[in-house]
Amino acid sequence: MFTAPQVVALLEELAFTHVVTIPDSTLGQWEDSLKQCESIEYVGVCREGEAWAVAAGLQLGGATPLVMIQCTGLFESGDSLRNALFDYQRPLFGLVGYRSFLDQSTLPGDTCLKFTEPILDAWGMDWALYDQADDTEGQLKAIAAQCLKCREADVPGIALVAEGRA
Amino acid sequence: MDSTQRGMPLSESLGVLRETREDDDVVMTVMGTAREWMQLGDLHPLDWIYVPSSMGQAPALALGMALAQPDKQIIVCNGDGCMLMNLGALVTITAQDPSNFTLIIFDNGIYEITGAQPTPATAGGDSLVDYPALAAAAGFRQIFAFDQLDHWQQSARDVIEAPGPTFVHLAIEPVPGAAGPRSPSHAPTRAEQFAEALQR
Repeated sequence: MFTAPQVVALLEELAFTHVVTIPDSTLGQWEDSLKQCESIEYVGVCREGEAWAVAAGLQLGGATPLVMIQCTGLFESGDSLRNALFDYQRPLFGLVGYRSFLDQSTLPGDTCLKFTEPILDAWGMDWALYDQADDTEGQLKAIAAQCLKCREADVPGIALVAEGRA
Repeated sequence: MDSTQRGMPLSESLGVLRETREDDDVVMTVMGTAREWMQLGDLHPLDWIYVPSSMGQAPALALGMALAQPDKQIIVCNGDGCMLMNLGALVTITAQDPSNFTLIIFDNGIYEITGAQPTPATAGGDSLVDYPALAAAAGFRQIFAFDQLDHWQQSARDVIEAPGPTFVHLAIEPVPGAAGPRSPSHAPTRAEQFAEALQR
């Protein structure tokens, strides 16, 4: 839905210092631009549970990390998320790719559509869905507003970004 | 301890680290190492007692600290069971190549605090896993292994000061009947206090 320059501009505007991530087919299209961005460090992890822990360590050390993973990784990383966001109340922000939301052609009946939103509700987090592909500028502004609102309230948040393919 | 005995007492091996750590060093402990660390004396502002934990995530959490604070030495004390839960972290660490990062595996071969069950690595008897070899294959710059307390004691400061990422394997005796650790105080408050010390 978003181009790499749009995403980099958004993260720079929000002053993120690190992006902690594993790519999927959508998020991976932003990787080269993120790695080239001088104000953002790209931290690749091997499994999504690590992403929340690395981000928590970065934040304890004074950095401003973004966790960027697919919704399948959100499922995988539940215990790490629980520990960082709830046990230690770290106000981390995540950008989560919502697999198959815009296009199920490669994965008909993708069960990500069944579980992603209820799981976010279950965590009781501030989350919002961004699925208006015909208004990317408006969506980017809304993500920025959500992120700033979470920072102001010192709470974690998730921007759930609709994707087309697996 | 008899210097010919294989495996060190957990408490004494951590005692070496307490004696060796410098004022700016961060020491993270988890599970059994956290329990023993707290029993050894007062806590330092840069002690991170990772209790409650997400099992397997201590090295990743410490990596984040190391990247955010490159002038501080980050030492993480992990168990072998915890390490097995997240072996990919070895590669996540070496990909970032932090020179200020020391990962110490306290290997007793069991899940101590749940009743001393063997890990999958030791369920058949002798350990299947050569942890230093795993670390070397993952690309750690420094690899050390100790099974005698006096050797660990003699080398500990040099090990910590070696340009990392550094991997240390310590053969440890199990602590029979050991209990799980408890958070020493309200975890979110500790996190705030620790963050303040870490960023100072």
